[in-house]
Amino acid sequence: MPRKIALRDALREAMIEEMRRDDTVFLLGEEVAQYNGAYKVSKGMLDEFGPMRVVDTPIAELGFAGIGVGAAMNGLKPIVEFMTWNFAVLAFDQIINNAAKTLSQSAGQYSCPIVFRGPSGSAGQLAQQHSQSFESWMANTPGLKVISCTDPADAKGLLKSAIRDPDPVCFMESELLYGYEGEVPEGEYLVEIGKAAVRREGTDVTLVSYNKMMLPTMEAAELLEKEGISAEVIDLRTIRPLDRKTIIESVKKTNRCVVIDESWPFAGVSAEIAYEIQKSAFDYLDAPVIRVNSADVNLGYAASFVEEFLPNAEKIVRAVKEVSYAK
Amino acid sequence: MNTAQKDTTTAQRSSTTAKKNGSAKELNYSKEQYLEWYTLMLRIRRFEERALMAYGQQDVRGFCHVYIGQEAVAAGIESALTKDDGIVTAYRQHGTAIGRGVETKKAMAELYGKATGIVKGKGGSMHFFSRENNYYGGNGIVGAQIPIGTGIAYAEKYKGTKNLCVVMFGDGAARQGALWESWNMAMTWKIPALYICENNGYAMGTSVERTSNVTDLSKLGASFDMPSESVDGMSPEAVHEAVSRAAEHIRSGKGPYYLEIKTYRYKGHSVSDPARYREKDEVKSYQQRDPVKVTEKAILENGLATAEEIKEIKDSVKAEIAEAVKFAEESPYPDGADLYTDNYSTPYPFLT
Repeated sequence: MPRKIALRDALREAMIEEMRRDDTVFLLGEEVAQYNGAYKVSKGMLDEFGPMRVVDTPIAELGFAGIGVGAAMNGLKPIVEFMTWNFAVLAFDQIINNAAKTLSQSAGQYSCPIVFRGPSGSAGQLAQQHSQSFESWMANTPGLKVISCTDPADAKGLLKSAIRDPDPVCFMESELLYGYEGEVPEGEYLVEIGKAAVRREGTDVTLVSYNKMMLPTMEAAELLEKEGISAEVIDLRTIRPLDRKTIIESVKKTNRCVVIDESWPFAGVSAEIAYEIQKSAFDYLDAPVIRVNSADVNLGYAASFVEEFLPNAEKIVRAVKEVSYAK
Repeated sequence: MNTAQKDTTTAQRSSTTAKKNGSAKELNYSKEQYLEWYTLMLRIRRFEERALMAYGQQDVRGFCHVYIGQEAVAAGIESALTKDDGIVTAYRQHGTAIGRGVETKKAMAELYGKATGIVKGKGGSMHFFSRENNYYGGNGIVGAQIPIGTGIAYAEKYKGTKNLCVVMFGDGAARQGALWESWNMAMTWKIPALYICENNGYAMGTSVERTSNVTDLSKLGASFDMPSESVDGMSPEAVHEAVSRAAEHIRSGKGPYYLEIKTYRYKGHSVSDPARYREKDEVKSYQQRDPVKVTEKAILENGLATAEEIKEIKDSVKAEIAEAVKFAEESPYPDGADLYTDNYSTPYPFLT
């Protein structure tokens, strides 16, 4: 039975259900246990599962990520929480040099079933170091899967799938949207990794986005509808593997595409999508694919900088008009 | 709390067997044990000498770091532990892997990049893995195996076993932040990890003295109250005894233990390193205490085996290594299509 719950509650429900189902699943990270999670995602989990399965770590991202990798190689299924993906940079050696390569280096003898999760992207006026998006960083690496979603039902279904996945999964949430509510099925609910969702059907243009940029994208689609432009909106949900089929099918129908991506433009998710479209739907395009990214700069603190930096509905509408050759 | 810094490099000399002249007068272990140590050390030595020759012939490529001189460490660890205990180490790992039970023919085939290698030609010299032997690799990133080994050990505690994980690293890795983060958590959570620093004196070309103000590596555990010892790594007996003591401590639930094992690599850091940063006399001084020769002498002088029996062991190891090379040479290269396997556990839509 679906009920409306917040993103943080959906994530917690996924972890609790999987930990009840499988004794080898455990959570470790900074403030996850006694503090109930920096963003209250793991609230109450220590009480149910105890300190061996809900583990407060010191501030040592490289160390505890590596402990997760070793535990995964030795039969456990760790969920490693990063307070934000910005801090996961300290642990990239373990994610990229180790988790992603364990299966390959050992020629299949050791797998690394681990989930690295936490919020990615900007979250208000947090300035340069706390505002970065990491989807394209991680999605560049074979051996990893990358999920980035904020719809609470997706978050529950995809996190459960990620925990059960035999390979390392980077799971990206949103600090600003932990309180964002949506209908979420109770009990067993799985969403397949690697499948995008069509959030809104349309005929004139395809808008592709993910994570919290879905909100301005949906807002733009509504504004465009008032102007007589019918936008189809795709929520990627999974970045790696990318659901190319859903994107290409939509573009073949609408003949135009705008990609809305909070990550930086250079060699990012939006660049990959534009590549895929020109490769597989070149003859269907009535206009070049363009993208609305965060600005190709470091994000400064002031509110006016945040406004300038991020994609928003207005910028998206402008981009759609550009590919539609409309005023 | 047991935080005393014991120095067994000198203590072991009197309590066990090693004497100044390298001969053994009193033996504390059985004939079988000495022959096992000797055979294993000789097997590792001959394997690597042959591997270096194959490298010169360009049959082995890539990076290749040999263990020659350090064999007593692998021998002493293995005799003190069981195969249920895990081991993880860095890229200078042929000896550790062979000690664990990796067959020399699969090891040699891996160096040759063949499909019959221990990891099917996917890892090469730096990345042997053997699940059946609880051997967790072969890590190519200096120090990365330290948190991983800590996690392997955490999983043993989690599962409620009495097993431990040996986490090996060199004096170079001892300066990585990963070590300090791992040790802090391992002591806080009483993780059953046995940390072994194989101190061979050089982080590539940089001597221990040039890497830190603190050059006595046995002191590193002190800030975590980690029980620590310094051990003579040229003696399999000394290593065996220290590892046995450490294992007993760890299995009793008291948490980690740290051994700084003083050893020496006779060759350069890798095949491309002529090792000009050290004096030839330094190398010679260690070679005079060579664990293979010293153990052979002890066996003969104490009548544990005859010269004829030693020759049989040498011939047998020689034949085994020759067979390993033949196996490697005759094995096929992996199919190019195998590049796409083992990236994910399930079918994956790779980009093209």
